[in-house]
Amino acid sequence: MNINATLIGQTIAFIVFVWFCRRFIWPHIMQALEDRRARISEGLAAAERGQQELATAEERSRAVLDDAKAQAKEILAQAQHRADEIVQGSKDEARVEGDKLLSAAQSEIDQERNQAREELRAEVVAIAIAGAEQVLMREVDASVHSETLEKLAARI
Amino acid sequence: MAAGGEALTSTAYIKHHLQNLTLGFHPEKGLGIAHGPEEAREMGFLAIHLDTMFWSVGLGALFLYLFHKVAVRATSGVPGGWQNFVEWTVEFIDTNVRGTFSSKNDLVAPIALTLFVWVLLQNTMDLVPVDWIPELAKLLGIPYMKVVPTTDPNATFGMALSVFVLMLYYSVKVKGVGGFVGELAFQPFPKWMFPINLLLEGVSLISKPVSLALRLFGNLYAGEMIFILIALLYSAGWMLAGLGGVLQWGWAVFHVLIVLLQAFIFMILTVVYLDMAHQHH
Repeated sequence: MNINATLIGQTIAFIVFVWFCRRFIWPHIMQALEDRRARISEGLAAAERGQQELATAEERSRAVLDDAKAQAKEILAQAQHRADEIVQGSKDEARVEGDKLLSAAQSEIDQERNQAREELRAEVVAIAIAGAEQVLMREVDASVHSETLEKLAARI
Repeated sequence: MAAGGEALTSTAYIKHHLQNLTLGFHPEKGLGIAHGPEEAREMGFLAIHLDTMFWSVGLGALFLYLFHKVAVRATSGVPGGWQNFVEWTVEFIDTNVRGTFSSKNDLVAPIALTLFVWVLLQNTMDLVPVDWIPELAKLLGIPYMKVVPTTDPNATFGMALSVFVLMLYYSVKVKGVGGFVGELAFQPFPKWMFPINLLLEGVSLISKPVSLALRLFGNLYAGEMIFILIALLYSAGWMLAGLGGVLQWGWAVFHVLIVLLQAFIFMILTVVYLDMAHQHH
């Protein structure tokens, strides 16, 4: 327990240790701590930013969705309207077509009736002439009496 | 038990444990290891405690190696286990220095870190059972081995005096020679009472490094002494030996506190003294 040169040796050791610590240890570790602090705060800021971006994106997507919904509704309404129109149009067309067919059929019937009437008339004329021939016992010259016959036939 | 075979008294056992491995030049026997405290004393100032130097330099180197290993590849990424511990220690010191030291000086924090870890490691040697390393040394032919450097006043005064020199240096650097002398001579009493002021302030100035060194030395020396006394019980029958085992364990648990606390006190007082040296009054 004497004070001796150990004191000086210890002092030198202490000075060397402090020098080494200050030169090679302290600054490196503090630098690492500082860097990590910066990175963490950066990370937190980024997270905050991300959250904000997420919120705006959500808002935007909601708006887009609403827009799309409205559009779809409009399109649906238009389609409905259009379908109604088409149905109406085809109904009208069908009606017109039907009328047309009806009138065509009517006119055909009329024509056929006229024709039948003509034929009938001709036949009546022939029968009448034959009758008259029987009555008169001679041949009636159709060409001579055609005028009379025409008048007759027209009365039928 | 130490020195088995010889007629060993408790006194001799204790003395043996308190003897440093002193290398010096004895006036009669020449250069060699001192055998006993008288020879060590006769060697005078030009002798060196090889065990103190070995253990303190070894532990200091261990500290620097372990911390440097982290320092060279300290990353800002996720720290591993050891890096985490080192960073935790460094931050602990940094927080304490920032809270205590108000001026700007980037030497103070490394001093505080070195002192804290170094003193802590040296104190921790006290928890190694007192006979283990000395007995091992004896097998290697080394007669004395004191393994706790901080129970050697040379070690504590070595650090405290270095701190004292730094205190004086920064006092003069910050306040100038006039300012520093004025601080010593012109307060707390009026200027005409400067001899009394000088005496008071001088004593308080000198007492700082002395108390710093003696506090650490005294605490660790007393702790070591109790471990040695407990170890004496091992040679006093199996019942007392059992008691000794319990006592040693109990004292070691309590001593962990002292080991840590004294390292912390030494570090924080150094920072406080250096802070006072930087401050104007």
